[in-house]
Formats: sequence, structure tokens, C-alpha cells
Amino acid sequence: MKKIKKSPLSILYSVLIFLFLYAPIAVLIVYSFNANKSRGSWGGFSLKWYQSLFENGAIMRSLYTTLSVALIASLVSMVMGTLAALGMYYSRRKVRSLLNNVSSLPLVNPDIVTGISLLLLFTFLGFKLGYVSLLLSHIAFCVPYVITSVAPRLYQMDRSLFEAAMDLGAAPTQAFFKVILPEILPGVVTGALLAFTISLDDFVVSFFTAGGGVSTLSMTVYSMTRKGVKPEINAISAIMFVSVLLLLILINLRSTREAKKQKQARR
Amino acid sequence: MISLALALAMLLGLAAGCAGDDGKQTLNVYNWGDYIGEDVIEKFEDQFDCKVNYEMFEQNEDMYTKLKTVKGTYDVVIPSDYMIERMIREDMLAELNLDNIPNLQYISDYCLNRDFDPGNKYSVPYMWGTVGIIYNKTMVESPVDAWADLWDPQYEKNFFMMNSVRDSMGIALLLCGYDMNSRDEAQIEEAKEKLMEQKPLVLAYTGDEVKDKMIAGEAAMAVCYSGDAITMIEQNEDLDYVIPIEGSNLWFDNMCVLKDAPNKELAEQFINFMCSEEIAAENREYINYSTPQSQVLENLPDEIKNDPVQYPDRETLDRCQIYKDLGDMAGKYDEFWTRIIVN
Amino acid sequence: MRKFKYASLPFAAYALIFILAPLLLIVFYSFAGPGGLTLEHYKAFFNFEDPVYLQVLWRSIKVAAVSTLLCLALGYPMAYILSKMRPGLRDTMVFLFVLPMWMNFLLRTYAWMTLLERTGLINSLLGKLGLGPLDLMYTQGAVVLGNVYNFLPFMILPIYNVLVKIDSSVVEAAQDLGANRSVVFRKVIFPLSLPGVISGVSMTFMPAVSTFIISRLLGGGQQALIGDIIENQFKVVGNWGLGSAMSVVLMALILAAMNVARKYEDENAGGNVLL
Repeated sequence: MKKIKKSPLSILYSVLIFLFLYAPIAVLIVYSFNANKSRGSWGGFSLKWYQSLFENGAIMRSLYTTLSVALIASLVSMVMGTLAALGMYYSRRKVRSLLNNVSSLPLVNPDIVTGISLLLLFTFLGFKLGYVSLLLSHIAFCVPYVITSVAPRLYQMDRSLFEAAMDLGAAPTQAFFKVILPEILPGVVTGALLAFTISLDDFVVSFFTAGGGVSTLSMTVYSMTRKGVKPEINAISAIMFVSVLLLLILINLRSTREAKKQKQARR
Repeated sequence: MISLALALAMLLGLAAGCAGDDGKQTLNVYNWGDYIGEDVIEKFEDQFDCKVNYEMFEQNEDMYTKLKTVKGTYDVVIPSDYMIERMIREDMLAELNLDNIPNLQYISDYCLNRDFDPGNKYSVPYMWGTVGIIYNKTMVESPVDAWADLWDPQYEKNFFMMNSVRDSMGIALLLCGYDMNSRDEAQIEEAKEKLMEQKPLVLAYTGDEVKDKMIAGEAAMAVCYSGDAITMIEQNEDLDYVIPIEGSNLWFDNMCVLKDAPNKELAEQFINFMCSEEIAAENREYINYSTPQSQVLENLPDEIKNDPVQYPDRETLDRCQIYKDLGDMAGKYDEFWTRIIVN
Repeated sequence: MRKFKYASLPFAAYALIFILAPLLLIVFYSFAGPGGLTLEHYKAFFNFEDPVYLQVLWRSIKVAAVSTLLCLALGYPMAYILSKMRPGLRDTMVFLFVLPMWMNFLLRTYAWMTLLERTGLINSLLGKLGLGPLDLMYTQGAVVLGNVYNFLPFMILPIYNVLVKIDSSVVEAAQDLGANRSVVFRKVIFPLSLPGVISGVSMTFMPAVSTFIISRLLGGGQQALIGDIIENQFKVVGNWGLGSAMSVVLMALILAAMNVARKYEDENAGGNVLL
């Protein structure tokens, strides 16, 4: 098995799968430059859909909502999730597994159930659906992602380091910032980025928990698809694709650098 | 650390950005999708120095359910006749202060004082129209003129029905020879069976997207509203619209203020604004429905005024019925419609 | 440092209000009737004389199962090929699989609308060849395709994660003992990759069984799934009791399936799948 299999068949297969995954996206991106509205014909290269995208108030407002919700939700989740992971690490086994199970609920449950349950909660409490309910809901399903990426880092941490710091007279908060945080920081940042992206991508939960004219980009796209062909959607797709590409490259560069650092540290 | 500080700074910036809007009054408008002139909201915001949250629904039913869930948020809603009747019955609408809506004088008598809101205490007409069939002349054998054509096997998988309980059930009731507002369970059941029988022939149950589909030539026929029909015909000459011989639905979409509206006065100003000649003309121009605004109607070119799609003659209109509130039978309609969709 | 255990209090409080209480509310509403508690909504759902809703549930399970099997059939070979690539290329390839997953899910589904319609790209290309038009949109096939397209990476990555960790000495030992390639695969590689397969199956099946967007956009309301009618109960009809009862059934189904899956799942297979 030493030789790497490079049969033409497996190359062909990979190409076909990639074609399947990328062709639809490529088609959208190509159409985003089509001067014609109709999809049957090519009317020449044009940037007019990008222009009308940026001039479209509803889309720009929902973009702003999406970004601000994702940013705030991921930051809040980052803090709350890191603290939770830390607390769970030092808790009794029973408490830890209870919290673990609760935090896995939003990960396991179908989005539609999460969305509806939150809708029921807000209605039950008489809480107005709007920006705040949207934000609170996003935090609810973002925190578990932070916990799952911070927890493993804590278990890798050398416990004696922290105890040594305490023995040397550091206050717990001081010890946390000087000793623990640097150790778990990669997990914290990854968790926050993960939360950010999950929040950005969400449609179902937002669909049930936003109201009063507040709409995320996903929701706006949904209502646009319900109204037929809107070439602006193609332009959004192209922009989205490029942003996601950049974001992922960033995350990957970070994790490769981390991996290298770890390797060096081990030596 | 630096990134954290940066993030915090951004957060503060965002919070500041949000706070910036607080000084202005806000108005929450809840309207049908694609149902207003493109710049109208912006003009209102400029003129009244306020911020408008504009949200859209697809059918009367989802609007109603949303209003039951989200309380104290929306100011102006634009439901149809039978839904207004229901909302008045359930005490959801506020009585209008007509002093704030002087432009009501320009609304034509034809649209006023209808059974669903006698004396227009709660609602001011926005648009009216009919339900009919849009068909592609190049894709049908003979001109379409009846609802029965939607049960013709030769058009299997070649037409769209509307994803709307009242319109679909109404059509089936008419075809069975009953009243569109029937409250007789046996009749409703029969209409349901009729729709079940039709289901294998239907390509899809659609909403607003039907416009683009028909323009592109995705299907031979579709059930649609008259104004959408104009929009489609403008963009595809092969299309034509007919109000079927069995009769149809005549509807009115009126603007209302909710009882728990946070900003009633601004809501009334908005309604008045929508009834002004300039804005009503702009809305009509963009969405192509029949306008109740008499000044706008007068100034329309004759070809539009006499267009049988937009302004059908009396004889055709007399064939049409207005939907009524079904009271406790509404649940039965919903249940049957769910079954049709689900089956 | 025992004090640190209180650090999880904010989350515990938050989770109580925004994770646990909402789920309990669903259960509560599913039993709530006009005059106290009732089983009416469950009776309506499990009505065996007129099993409309059960049929929908069955259809959803069928569609999700077919989609999952297709994902497995397409995804396993891909994961296998990936695991055999040289490390540098492999990382790039994995990256390329993750990329479309981060593209907004609605946009990905919308892309298929563009392709499948009668006047869409596939049919206009077929038309140029003098074929078609084919009815691709608004069919159950379109919904399955949408599922496979959206969830295929969720199948490939966990399987790959397991395959890539299989100790090559195990494989070599089997070969030394005279096993040919197909035997090695059947007796060694496939059994070892099972945790990844189970992970992949659950990550594909769950979203597929509960979706309402894909069936709405590509199925045209013709092929309503359980997600569609739940959404319809809450957004249009306003029958929260029945909607809640359906959600409880769906939730129970999925949690049960998860519990079974978890017994076999490799802990490392699912966790790091997204990045």
C-alpha cells in the first residue's frame, strides 16, 4: 500500500464530484455578470446586478443585521462559552456531564425544532420579536460551538502550570489571564470563528425568531426566491463565495501555523 | 489582546450605529410581497422624517398568524376583505380617525362601504382586483376560459395553482357549482375531493414567484391575481388573462391600523400618504393593480381604463364574489387545505 | 481554583432559559388544549384510520433515507480516494470540500432552481441537442438531489477522518497474510471505517429529514415533508398544538437515532468535521 493510488479512475471520480459541488455555484457566479435577466441567454458582461444589489436598501439593511448579529453573538458566545468550558472542567463529573448534555441539545436538535422552541418562548414571555430576540437566539445556539472547541484545549493543558502560578501567589483572575488563557486561546478563537460562521449561515432559527421588519440576509434571500428570479441573488452568491473563501483561508492558515507551533513545542 | 480590543471597538461602533436611529419615529408596515412602488417607502421616510420597517407576507393567513404571535409591533397592515372582516370581529383593528386621512375623499365609491367594513371605520382601500387564469397562447390548444380547464388532463404538469387556501378552495367550490363562501361541510368536502383529484396534474403550488415562471414560459397556465397578470403580459406578449365563465373572486386589499399599534397617528398619516394622487399613481404604475384612487383613474390613458384585465366591465364583475369571513369554518378550510398539500 | 467551577454559571442560567425552557414549552404546548391537558394533538397525528400526517412522516423518512444512501454511495469512494492522497494535496482537497459547505445553504439550493427549471440551464442545453425539456423541478427527485448536494460533504468528511487514521500496518499485515485487495477492504478497512460512516449517516440524515427549505424551493409544495407541515402549522395555520406535537415526534425520533448512533460513533470522527 506504499504507492499512492493515482489510477485514472479515481482522478476522474474526484473531478466529477468536484464538478457536482462547484458547477451550480459557478453557474450562479457567471450569471451574476449576465446583462440579461433571463437565464436562457447571455446578454453580455455587466456589473449592473452588483450595482442594484448595493442600491437595494432591504438587502443592505439585512446584511448589516446579519453581520452585527453574527459579530455580537460570536463575541458573547466566546466569553460565555470559554467561561462555561472552564467551569465545567473544574466541576464535579455529574454537573459536567449534565451541562455537556444540555449544550449538545442545539447541536443535535433539528434547526426547525430549535427555532420553534424559541418562538414559543418569546411568545410565552410576551417578548417582542425583533433584533434582540434574534440575537438572544443566535447566542443560544452559538455558545455550544465555543464550548466544544475550548474544552479539548483545557484537557490538553498542563494542570500543574496553573497550580504553580497560584503557589507563587497569583490571584485566580491573574492566573487565568497569564496562564490558562494563553494555553486555550487557539480553541477560543476557533470557537468564536465557528460561532460567527454558524450565525452567518443560519436561516431557520432566524426565520422563526426575528420580527418587526428585522431580517437577516438569509431571510431576505428566502423571500426573494419566493418571488422568482432576482439576478441580485446571483451577485450575493458571488460575493458570499469570495468572502467565505477568504475567511476559510484565514482560518486554515491559522490552524496550520498552530499545528507547526505545537510540533516545535513538542520537540 | 489587540484583536479583542478591536472587536470591542467594533461592537461599540455597532451599538452607536443602532442608537443613531432612535431619535426618529418608526413605523412598522406589514404588506403583501412585491406590492408597493419602489421608492414609496423612502419618500415617506423623507417627508415625515421617520424610519419605516417594511415587512412582507405571502398570504392573508400567514399574516394573521404572525399578528397573533407578534403583538404590539406592527402599525399598518394591508389584508384582504374577508380577513379584515375577521380581524374586526376579533377586535384586532383600531377605528380610524378619518380627520387624519383627508385623502379618503378621492377613493371611488365603488370600493367604499363594502360589507366587510361598512362605513370604512377600520380600513381604507389600497388596491382591488380579481382572480383569474393567466395562460400562454402558444402553449394551449384553444383559448382558456374556464376553471374546468385546470382539470383537463392534457395540461398535466403544465400549470400552477396558487398556494392559498381561499383561492384554491374557492375555485373548486365554484367548479362544483357552490358558493365561494360555502360553510356547508359536505360542499367543502366535495371541493376538497375535487382538488385532490386535480393534484396529480398540478406542476406546483406557487406564490409570487409565479410571475417570473410564467414570463419565462415554465408552464401553460397559472391561477393569478389581475395586477400580476398585467405585469406578466407586459413582459411576455404570448400571455393572456381571463376571468373564467364560472365566475371568480373580486377582492379588495385595504389598509388598516392595528389596535395595538405603537404609532397610530403616523400609521394614519401613512395611509393618507398612500391615498395621495402622486403616490397612488406610483404604486399603480409599479404593481399594476386596479386603483381605487379616482384622480389616478381619471388620468389614466383610455387603453388602460378600458383594459378588461385591469378594469373589467360590470357584467364580468357581477359574475365575481367577494370572500366573506368564514367564522368557525375557517379551521375546516385550513385542515382540508393542509391535507391537499400534504397528500 | 475550585472557584472556577462557578464560571459556568452564566451559561447554565442562559441554557436554562434559552435551551431547556423552550424545549419544555414545545412539550407543554403539544399537550395543551382549550380546557387543560389533552392528547388530542397526538391523536390527530397518530390517527391510523386517516394517517395523513403519518404518511408525511413516512415520506420524509423515505426521502431522507434515499438521500443518505446516495450520499454514502457517492461519498465513501471519494473519502477513500482522499485518504490515499499525499498529505499536502489532501489538505487542499479537504479544504475544497469544506468550502461549498460554508456557502449559504439557501443560495446553494437556489442554484439548483436555476439549473433545473424547464427554461433553466440543463433544459436549454438539452434543447440545443434537440432533447427535452425534461420535468426536473417540482419532483421528489429534485428534493433528493437538493439534499444530496447540500449534505454530501457531511458524509465525506467524517468517513475521511476515520479512514486517514487507519494504521497502515494493519492493512499491510492483512496483505502479508495473503488477503487480496477486496478482502482487505471488506474485512479490514470497511469495518474500521464504520464509526465514520455512522457519523456521516447521522449528519446527513438529520438535516435531510427535518428540512423544509429544500422541499419548498425544489419540490414546489407538491412533496410536503414533515418540516413543511410543522412550518405551516406555526406560520400559516396557527395550530400550535398540532405543530408542537409534530415537533416533539420529530425531536424524539432524532434523539433516539442519535443515541443509537452515538454508541458506535468514533468520538474524533464527528467533532472536527467543520474545520
